[in-house]
Amino acid sequence: MSIEKQTIENLATLARLAIDDTRVEEMSQRLGSVLELVDQLKAADTSGLSGLDHPLNETQRLREDTVNKPNMREAFQAIAPDTEGDLYLVPKVID
Amino acid sequence: MHNFTIIELINGLKKKVFSSTEITQHFLTRIKNLDSKFNSVITLTENQALAAAQSADQLLAKGEAPELCGVPILHKDIFCTNGVRTSCGSKMLDNFVPPYDATVIENFKNSGSVMLGKTNMDEFAMGSSNETSFYGAVKNPWATDSVPGGSSGGSAAAIAARLAPGATATDTGGSIRQPAALCGITGLKPTYGRVSRWGMIAFASSLDQGGPMARTAEDCALLLNCMASYDDKDSTCINRPVPNYSANLNDSIKGLRIGIPKEYFSEGLNPGTEQAVRNSLAEYEKLGAELVEISLPNTGLSVPAYYVIAPAEASANLSRFDGVRYGHRCEDPKDLEDLYRRTRAEGFGDEVQRRILIGTYCLSAGYYDAYYGKAQQVRQLIRQDFVQAFEKVDLIMGPTCPSPAFIFGAKGNDPVAMYLEDIYTISTNLAGLPGMSLPCGMVDSKPVGLQIIGNYFDEARMLNAAHQFQQVTDWHQQAPAGIES
Repeated sequence: MSIEKQTIENLATLARLAIDDTRVEEMSQRLGSVLELVDQLKAADTSGLSGLDHPLNETQRLREDTVNKPNMREAFQAIAPDTEGDLYLVPKVID
Repeated sequence: MHNFTIIELINGLKKKVFSSTEITQHFLTRIKNLDSKFNSVITLTENQALAAAQSADQLLAKGEAPELCGVPILHKDIFCTNGVRTSCGSKMLDNFVPPYDATVIENFKNSGSVMLGKTNMDEFAMGSSNETSFYGAVKNPWATDSVPGGSSGGSAAAIAARLAPGATATDTGGSIRQPAALCGITGLKPTYGRVSRWGMIAFASSLDQGGPMARTAEDCALLLNCMASYDDKDSTCINRPVPNYSANLNDSIKGLRIGIPKEYFSEGLNPGTEQAVRNSLAEYEKLGAELVEISLPNTGLSVPAYYVIAPAEASANLSRFDGVRYGHRCEDPKDLEDLYRRTRAEGFGDEVQRRILIGTYCLSAGYYDAYYGKAQQVRQLIRQDFVQAFEKVDLIMGPTCPSPAFIFGAKGNDPVAMYLEDIYTISTNLAGLPGMSLPCGMVDSKPVGLQIIGNYFDEARMLNAAHQFQQVTDWHQQAPAGIES
């Protein structure tokens, strides 16, 4: 099973990955073999079963909305590729 | 000195046979002299280690030492360490120095243990051979032409090579148990929610769980006492008292009912591995345990379900690596889209990109129900298999992996062949159950692992059974050639 080039390109766009043409074919084959493996799921009879969202079937607890952590903006911005003032810098988005 | 277990090191420290500074220096020297052969450590934290050892020695002198005071260990490079690079085996985080500690790291600091450094691993924990690490593969100390297993291959190899007496690790589909088996050491993946995931870089959030690796079950119990805690910062952490895992190690296991799943002894299992596991089960019978044949009929669906769920969750978790706030950023992006796409293509290796694409596929419109929804239902089937089995037995045992360590590159071109390496370990992650691996034999001079699967939060019983086995066998005491001296 192999996946169409167009599908790989579409997935790469959704996942924000640059995949150049030289890699598309290899990706298509490898992804195809993985999808062949996971297609075995189709044969399983799961009628009437709900999905297991938490391994222990627990619901996630909520906590009080209280301030409990120090402000670490400076520490976090110190490891950013590019900042200015309190902001993270990215290339121009709107002309 | 490097052949001492953690328990022996603690006793030696308390009796002042040696100081923490001496043993820390000893292990640092070993890593510096020997690790070029194994590549198990990414970052050595020599100065911090010696400073921590000195503080530990002061506490020991005052008689105020916490449990692991002065014991040097390694941490898998997936746990954030304040001020120490945390790469997760990826180029993406090659320059990432977290400004905070993971809860697990904080727990170990509070226990007085000394961090020697950070261990190598498959990139973002995605792999079963350590071949996907940006820092190069780890080599198995038992046969350096063979893989150490993965993703916690660095931690496992370092312990096998006596470069550290214990280490932290994580397990999403077998990443603690499989490398423990292939490197001839003991490792335990706790029940999902037992150990905090806060500050542990996420791969598949509903499967990931941190746990200890050491040479013996007794040492793993000690490390788990420190690692396991309730953490408000991890909303999936279970609020339940942490027992003393060392308390019942010496209990008799007479009458223990051990389930032997027939699906774990089927086609694809190496005959030598099977023999070693069967011999170990006979040993358990001698100890008074009762072997009960059981069936886990949906075992065959675990690998396909895992390869939907894990990549799907990974594709969401790894979307945070975008070159904006930390980590790798591409040069001269022409616009924001280009920044994202090139940063991620340059920062992630092939296997990680492949899994992101698979996950994106399974979650995309029109496919979600057929893949992710279906896999979550299958997960319920797998859980039910275990629930039914544990009505009849106390523990489940079988092989950890189908065969001993394979040669580098042997499964390189076929992701599916590599994925089947985890066929016996994945279902416990899908069900959220605890599992462990301990050395139980040798095939072609390479170690074989016995897997023990427990019921939810039954780690103490697993450790008890493992410890009793290690009282009557010596597989866990064997060392690779050339390591003893």
